[in-house]
Order: sequence, then structure tokens, then C-alpha cells
Amino acid sequence: MKPAPFDYHAPRALGEALDVLAEAGEHGKVLAGGQSLIPLMNMRLASPALLVDVNRIGGLDGIEAGPDGVRVGALARHAHLERSGAAAAVQPLLRRALRLVAHPVIRNRGTVVGSLVHADPAAELPAVLALLGGSVRLARRGGTREVAAGEFFTGPLESALLPGELAVSAFFPARPARTGTAFCEVSRRHGDYALAGVAALVRLDGDLCVAEARAACVGAGPVPLVVDVTAACGARAPRAADWAAAARAVRERAEPETDIHATADYRRHLTGVLAERALRDAAQDALREAAGG
Amino acid sequence: MAETAHEITLTVNGVPRRARVPARRLLSDCLRHDLGLTGTHVGCEHGVCGCCTVLLDGEPVRSCLTFAVTVDGREVTTVEGLADGDRLSPVQRAFAECHGLQCGFCTPGFLCTVTALLRENPAPTREEVLEGVSGNLCRCTGYQNIVRAVHRAAEIMAEERGTDGGAAR
Repeated sequence: MKPAPFDYHAPRALGEALDVLAEAGEHGKVLAGGQSLIPLMNMRLASPALLVDVNRIGGLDGIEAGPDGVRVGALARHAHLERSGAAAAVQPLLRRALRLVAHPVIRNRGTVVGSLVHADPAAELPAVLALLGGSVRLARRGGTREVAAGEFFTGPLESALLPGELAVSAFFPARPARTGTAFCEVSRRHGDYALAGVAALVRLDGDLCVAEARAACVGAGPVPLVVDVTAACGARAPRAADWAAAARAVRERAEPETDIHATADYRRHLTGVLAERALRDAAQDALREAAGG
Repeated sequence: MAETAHEITLTVNGVPRRARVPARRLLSDCLRHDLGLTGTHVGCEHGVCGCCTVLLDGEPVRSCLTFAVTVDGREVTTVEGLADGDRLSPVQRAFAECHGLQCGFCTPGFLCTVTALLRENPAPTREEVLEGVSGNLCRCTGYQNIVRAVHRAAEIMAEERGTDGGAAR
């Protein structure tokens, strides 16, 4: 349970980090919070030849909440974003989801961007980024690119991040008007990985009928599964919308796997139940938002 | 492979301590083996059990999920640093009083976690206490007495604040 030896760099500037990563190519791995990477290294499921520790680089821990959304820097810890009132005001789903991420002590050290780059399909934050249509900014020596959530998650623990790139920030779009969100999950113990989980977003039109509804599921496939259920639930007021049909549409798309904790069938069932619950909660949240609260 | 050694300085329980460690040295092992502070216990080494929890600049973190080199120059408080000389801290006294420990293996992690929890939230609700200690596992006492100890520690701290406040006035 000790990591294999590795070379270690702790650059103090972003440019220096990008140079080291460019030289290292696929042998280089970025260390930020380390709350997913170090367990993998302790168990020797990962043994990178070179770790580039970005914790000493200034200016990467920002949380900027503006009218368009929240930009979260690579060193912003889960706990810092969870406590940010400005971020919660712009996009309330962030705080709701962060409270489901592991335990408070892990959240003191773990980073939001690190959770995204780790790209665990069973984790909450990738689902949130996918649901909201956010993006991740990747820097390399000589340039940066912004990758939309839909293209960022490419497989279990796989993302569009290329060797030599560093994820410097992530962007979570703001809550639009008359829009509500919710995140429901079931785990064996609080803080464990969820057996199933669904984040939902519902936007109402000027007549307070459903204009847009979608759900993002965790643990339901190789990448966060986003299902648009706008047609399934119908353009009706939330109390008259067919949430059961919407939940069925989500359940039919879910492809969970069996493991020691639960069977695939049980997880699929849970996904349907949680989808209906999350969609209804999101619709109520949208009504409250529309009413000005 | 000859591993590169890194010179680091940590302020542990208020005392600057130097160590030469390979980059892969976990903070938990650095504290125990390099600095001889064996109060920090190592259970699962993948962040589940919470036994190795220490305070990094006052915030609880898993020392088994932190490399010592990463925290060069920072302040670490371990269970050895909670008491004031021979006088146990309020959290330590409450755990003893409420039978919040039995074999004691998980206790250093609980004490550090709870010390930080009560510093941030001096009067937590039962739900907040449960959430606060949810990342620490105990295999013998059961959690009832631990939860009682957290509430008792909050009481003791409130009483002492009252006394101190009175003395100051």
C-alpha cells in the first residue's frame, strides 16, 4: 500500500508546469488534491513515472462567479466551492452536488477540476458538468482550448485531456431564469459512491409549462448519461407533466453494471425512481425560482 | 532505482521539523517514521477509514492521501498536539468521559476531525455531527458514544468559553 517511486516536480508557475508536462508526454501526471490519484497510486493501480505537483502554482485556486456562470480554477477545493455563497447564488446545483461528494475531510483537499479530469462515471461532478453543458479549459505549452462536457468525457476514467495538457479551470453555466435543479442519489452509507444517482434540470416557459427537462445519471454507463426528457414529460405545468414517462425514458437508457454492492437490474430500477424524484424536485425548484424565491 | 530525497520542513504541533524524504513518502509515514510521531494511525491507506486524519493549516485532511513533499512549509497538527501540556483538550476529555473509544485505533482520527468540526461549528446539530464524523470508521465502540462525546465536547468548550469570558471581564 505504498506508491511506486516517481520523479517529482513542483513548479511555481503555470508556464513551467506546461514545459515539464510537454517534455514528459504520456509519462507525466498532474497532482492537485490527489484524493483520487493517491489511492490509485497506493494500491499501485497507477504508477506514473513523473508527478507534476501543481499545488504551488499561484492563481489557480480562483472561484469566479459571474452572470454567465462559475469558473472554477484547478486548485479550488471541493470545500471552498461548497462554501462559496456567490457560486451557490449563480448555480445552486453546485453546492447540492458537492455535499454528496465523498466526506467533508476528503472535500478539504480534493479539487473540483480534479474530479472532472478523473472522469469517474460514478462521480457526481462529471454528471453536473454534463447536465449543465459546462466545459473544461485545457492548457498546453503554446495554447489553450475549451472542451465542452459532451466531448470531454470519453470513457470510464478517460477524458479528452491529452498528454502534455493541464486542466486549468472548469466552467459551470449559470442557472437560467425559471429553471430548477436537483440531485438525488442512493448510497449504502453517506459519502460512499452512489449505487445510482440522478441530477435533473427543468426550465419553465413564461406560462410556467415545462420548456426543457433533462437528467444526468451517475453510474449508468461509461460516461455521464444525459437524457433529454422534454418530449416525454410534455409541455405542461409541472403538476400535470408526465414525470413517470420521463423517468421511464431515463431508465431505458441506463446501462449500469453489476458489482458486489448491487445488481445492474437493481441499479436500473433505482435510476428510474431517482430520475422521477429529481425531475419533480427540479420542477418545484423552478416554480420557486419563477416566483422570485 | 536510487530515489531522489527532498528536504522538507513542516511545522508539526508548533515545532519546525525537518526531514529528508522521497517524493512518494505519504504524510502519514513521514509523521510516524521520519518524525517519530506514532499517534497518527494508519488503517486503510486509501482514504476510507479516517484513522490517519490530521490538521493541515487547521483543516482536517487524510495524511495517507497527501505526499509529505506537497505540504513542505505548512503547519500540521497531530493528535499529539491537541492537549495543552498535561491537560487533555475538551474533545479528548469528552471522549474519555463518554466512553467514545475502546481499542483506541481510530481515536486519533476522530479527535482531529472533531476538533476541527467544533472549531468551525461550536454547537452542531445531531445531523451535523453525524455528517462530520461520517468519514471516520470505528470497529469496536460503535458510534453512539462517539456522537455523545462530540456533543459533550461542545458543552465543555462552551462552559470554558463562559469561564474564560468571565475571567477576562
